[in-house]
Amino acid sequence: MEGKTVISRIQKTVRPGETRARRSLYLQYMVEPFFYLSPAILLIGAVIMVPLIIGISYSFQSIELLKPFASGWIGFENYVDLWRDRKFWIAMENTLFWTFWSITFQFLLGLGLAMLLNTQFFGKKLFQALVFLPWAVPTFLSALTWAWLFNPVIGPLPHWLAALGILSEPYNILGDPKLAMWGPITANIWFGVPFFAITLLAALQSIPDELYEAAEVDGATPWQTFTKITLPFLAPMIAITVMLRTIWIANFADLIYVMTGGGPANSTQILSTYIFTTAFRKLDFGYASTIAVALLLILLIYAVILLWLRKKLVKI
Amino acid sequence: MSAVRKPNPLLVVGKYAALAFYLIFALFPLYWLLKIGLTPDALIFSEGTRLFPSEVTFSNFKTVIFQTDFVAYFRNSLVVSLGAAFFTTLFAAGAGYAFSRFVFAGKRIIIALMLITQMFPLLMIIAPIYKIVADLGLLNSLTSLIVVYTAFNIPFATFLMQSFFDGIPKDLEDAAMMDGCTRFQALRKVVFPLTLPGLGATLGFVFTAAWSELLFALMLISKNDAMTFPVGLLTFVSKFSVDWGQMMAAGVLALIPSCLFFIFIQRYLVQGLTSGAVKG
Repeated sequence: MEGKTVISRIQKTVRPGETRARRSLYLQYMVEPFFYLSPAILLIGAVIMVPLIIGISYSFQSIELLKPFASGWIGFENYVDLWRDRKFWIAMENTLFWTFWSITFQFLLGLGLAMLLNTQFFGKKLFQALVFLPWAVPTFLSALTWAWLFNPVIGPLPHWLAALGILSEPYNILGDPKLAMWGPITANIWFGVPFFAITLLAALQSIPDELYEAAEVDGATPWQTFTKITLPFLAPMIAITVMLRTIWIANFADLIYVMTGGGPANSTQILSTYIFTTAFRKLDFGYASTIAVALLLILLIYAVILLWLRKKLVKI
Repeated sequence: MSAVRKPNPLLVVGKYAALAFYLIFALFPLYWLLKIGLTPDALIFSEGTRLFPSEVTFSNFKTVIFQTDFVAYFRNSLVVSLGAAFFTTLFAAGAGYAFSRFVFAGKRIIIALMLITQMFPLLMIIAPIYKIVADLGLLNSLTSLIVVYTAFNIPFATFLMQSFFDGIPKDLEDAAMMDGCTRFQALRKVVFPLTLPGLGATLGFVFTAAWSELLFALMLISKNDAMTFPVGLLTFVSKFSVDWGQMMAAGVLALIPSCLFFIFIQRYLVQGLTSGAVKG
């Protein structure tokens, strides 16, 4: 479609058959766009794509910086180890738990916030700037702050939770293998709600007002308006945002790494923190890359399923 | 917008309750950070769970600024984040412009490649990047961080810039070029002023992202004088007996630039994503 307008514009300005026309067409298609694109492409290629391929190749090698002489190609040995690695399967389960609850709460609270922000109220501009703030807080700092809040000696949360009867006594849930994961999840919800609110607010604002006016004239209830107009319009945005965010959260290691370091007893170890500790602490790059390839495959399968579902369910 | 209907008082109360909930949820942890930074050392534990400290002091802030390496961390972070924000925005503006205005060979493939970079674990390349940077002898250099962050942020920034360019009618440039401007003149005089909010949003977005990045910085930087402040503060925790008051004071100081940037850009972010949403 755009191509046609480009061509018709050239035909308008330059008479057909003239050599300049063909050259400028060539320039327009093959040279000029790449002039604007090349820095971006070169950087992405050199810093992301090439290391990605190298990373995949690492998973078939033994590369431990602490044992430089034991390095070399070892075929699928890393993968066999991974299959037998109990920590890997625990981390996999934890990744599902962490991702699922984080994304669910982030999405629901984000949607609520976006819908509030799509109405009028006093002091809205200031409110919007303030509720979006958590997103600007460096993640390791949020992690430290939440670790404080969950500490019964210096934070209020355990006392509040005990007062509400959720905890039997005020203790640190970050030290309890059964509950520890909820610490980073809470921090993650706090940090991630603004992102959902921003994207969903943008989508809400693009819904034509006339639709709501028509619904009101027809006497629709707020619930009907929500399910018949708002949700269907948001659906494509929701699908793509949830997919991208799920992947992002599954990869997001900072909060857990700072708050619990994967402990206690691996109860908060997710695949991405496992990758990082294997690479950073053990300097075992081969095995770290193997875990990463496994995570990549899981996410790919997830993305394919979600895109397929989207095609089936969303008819826009 | 079209509030003709008389609002149900229960709904109004519910709405303001919800607003209050979001505000408290968003700000309480930040308040706690500030509270601990302002509490005198002697009272940090004894008044640990009090909502308001009985005494307030700025000594933690003074110590952090004058007696630790915090200022160096802060400067390193500023150099890295500004550098990454500048180059990302420059390159993403170019790429976004190309996506918005041109049809060309391989466009779909390039867009797909950029999308893919958003889908795989960036941690996956932490080991190869470490080896490459080490082989180039660039460990502990801020340049390597700038290059890495720039590349990581280009894809999202490109899509953001593209949606801003899409929001600017092409006719404007065409008209300028008809009137005898070269494309660069048209870009500079017509398109550039209109994209300023988009450029600002992208700058702010990348700055904030680079300002808080931890894991790659942890991997690539180990020398104290090259540390960005996330790494600096984290080693602060593990190396010495932790001085929480100072930590939190440092945290509050570290928050200032990214929050200022963010408050400024958040409107434009919504705007940029809106025009993208309209497009589909």
